[in-house]
Amino acid sequence: MRIPRSRSRSRSRSTLRASTLAAALLLAGTALVGCGSGGPGGSDDGSLDVWVYQDASTKVQREVVKRFNKTSDIKAKLTQVPGEGYSDKMRTSMGTPNAPDVFFNWGGGSISDFVKKDMLLGLDPAMAKDPELKKAFIPTILDAGAVDGKHYGIPMRGMQPVILFYNKDVFEDAGAKPPKSWDDLLKLIDTFKGKGVTPFALAGTDAWTELMWVEYLVDRYGGAGVFRKIQSQGMAAWDDPAVLKAAQTVKDLVDRGAFGKNYKSVNYTADGASTLFAKGKAAMHLMGSWEYANQKANQPAFAKSGLGWTTFPAVPGGSGDPKSVVGNPTNYWSINAKVKGDKQKAALEFVKFAAQQDYSGDLIANGDVPATSDATSLLGKHENPDYARFQYDLVKQAPDFTLSWDQALPATYTPPLHTAVQKLFNGQLGPAAFVDALKGM
Amino acid sequence: MADAAAPREPRRSVGRPGDRPGGDRRGDGRSVIGRPGVGRPGVVWALPGALFFVFFAVAPMVLVGALAFTDWDGIGTPSWTGMSNWSRLWDDPETHQAIWLSLVLTVLTWVFQTPLALLLGVWAAGRQRNRAVLSAIFFLPLLGSSVALALVWKSLLDPNFGLIADIGPALGFADGDLLGSSKGAFGAILFVTAWQFIPLHTLIYQGGARAVPRSLYDAAAIDGAGTVRQFFSITLPQLRNTIVTSSVIMVVGALTFFDTVLILTKGGPGTDTTIVPYLMYKNGFQAFDLGYASAVATILVVVATTVSLLLVRLTGFAAMRSTREGM
Repeated sequence: MRIPRSRSRSRSRSTLRASTLAAALLLAGTALVGCGSGGPGGSDDGSLDVWVYQDASTKVQREVVKRFNKTSDIKAKLTQVPGEGYSDKMRTSMGTPNAPDVFFNWGGGSISDFVKKDMLLGLDPAMAKDPELKKAFIPTILDAGAVDGKHYGIPMRGMQPVILFYNKDVFEDAGAKPPKSWDDLLKLIDTFKGKGVTPFALAGTDAWTELMWVEYLVDRYGGAGVFRKIQSQGMAAWDDPAVLKAAQTVKDLVDRGAFGKNYKSVNYTADGASTLFAKGKAAMHLMGSWEYANQKANQPAFAKSGLGWTTFPAVPGGSGDPKSVVGNPTNYWSINAKVKGDKQKAALEFVKFAAQQDYSGDLIANGDVPATSDATSLLGKHENPDYARFQYDLVKQAPDFTLSWDQALPATYTPPLHTAVQKLFNGQLGPAAFVDALKGM
Repeated sequence: MADAAAPREPRRSVGRPGDRPGGDRRGDGRSVIGRPGVGRPGVVWALPGALFFVFFAVAPMVLVGALAFTDWDGIGTPSWTGMSNWSRLWDDPETHQAIWLSLVLTVLTWVFQTPLALLLGVWAAGRQRNRAVLSAIFFLPLLGSSVALALVWKSLLDPNFGLIADIGPALGFADGDLLGSSKGAFGAILFVTAWQFIPLHTLIYQGGARAVPRSLYDAAAIDGAGTVRQFFSITLPQLRNTIVTSSVIMVVGALTFFDTVLILTKGGPGTDTTIVPYLMYKNGFQAFDLGYASAVATILVVVATTVSLLLVRLTGFAAMRSTREGM
């Protein structure tokens, strides 16, 4: 290949060559130094490095850090990590000197790889020494974040069960009542279809919204044990008849038009499904408890008077307890196993603050429902006490709280699980092929 | 000499062997032109750039190549697994689909964007004032960030509240379910990327077209050639190198396209718009299966490099000295 020759000529070529070489070496040197020295963060100054997912609820954690620092010699330093990249950042930092000492996570699969590599401090000894700590939280919530039956997390945020929301105005117009049984639900589908209203808002571009349906149906058909078996025995356990039944039910719902026709293009993150629901174009919406806060932010009038909620009904022939719930029990604090001695003591003290009443009070004031077992008296202070009580009782009375599958399983399974669920809803996979796809993950 | 005939044209032949010594007008008498290697920048000049390239491009690429033979979840130490990622790549239908989709997207992108950009570029190379204003407006999409633009398009394509709810029926998507159908989602990506990048290529073609000497058109006009004949006989051949440049950018860009797919379709419906870069992201940063993601990335590097080299070779980059030979 011929390179066009430059016409520029140097005044003094040797000096120029030398100075360029120097500049180049300098540049390369800087680049190397840039690679070698650690990035930001890192707590070699003896303080406790605490990482939290940054969003509207972060102010509760900011408060607790202030309170903790008043009582402790070892100060906590809060790093608020922007939400979008939280998992990536957590993962890339663990095992490096910049790893946090205490950090926010989703329990289950989000920490199982760390547990496997002994990177987290087991909390069972601390709980044995301090039984009050264990009693402070609703047991199903504490257990939902455990890995292989061992506790590595202290609940530190509000509960997020999946709730069947309905639009009161649309129901009133149709003279309908919220479904108590599966038959009711099927009848409601026909009622609303007849009125030109989409029975269920569904954000089909976000597979996790569809996953909620599958999780509830499997739970109602076969109970929480089905998924526990998959977690402990591996992917072959998807062979459970409850999974196939759930897939067939999904296909039946889709064929009946339960989700309308264009759900495949509807999104959740840009508020598509929620707006559809709030505007009365859809009658019901199966969604996490955050839907309330979401509606409050975007459609305040609807959140105040139009939003109704109920439980997911039992299915005919199902052996699961209809009181069970699925969703995200809460978020957890975990402690890095590398934290030793006094610093470890301080870290344990810090996470115990999440069990205290004033912490729960902060959560309530923020619109969250805390996962502590003595929160009942505080619920009246929630901006919508009825909703807070419903949610709290729903979780407290639930014999099982199944963590969202995509959070409970190790990260490797998330993309294939989402793909399979989306293809089931799109009709690209039949129920039997869906089960095969899950078994083959 | 040609110098006398066209004094304002820069000399093309400077530096070629056989040139008249001291031909440079600002010569200092100690002519260096004509001796091989002299007057050409030394290796040292390339050093800063080369080092930068080695540290931030070559080294990571080599590391990715090595990672492709390991099993690594992002924490701890990678463990060697030999060819297992590659055999998985060989068997995985999702990967085959992704490679196929990437190639189709690349070809369609070229077929769709090149003629439009070429015609617009030639048109925009005119010098009337209204063209300048219109071109400026037309180049606007180029200024937006891909992510912001994709978000805007996503809102427009929302089946219930977006533009597509109204124009969908005319396009054959009665429910506005464009992004929910395989062909619709693929078409949307093709359209949005074209809308965003045609201006860039138009700019390249505009530059190329403006560099074509006026005298060629004057001569053609004297010979009685019309606009169309002038376009095919002068403009198009003169733009040969511009077409190669634009095509390489376009093809490599289409092969590595990512952000619009992430925001617009998330690789869906199902896996029907999961192109190779998105597949890499899915395996690397959702599944944290970095070994397998590295294997996918390696495929991408190899394919993109091969395609761009082929393009340059086949279209005669070696003969690219000038399209104005003999002027």
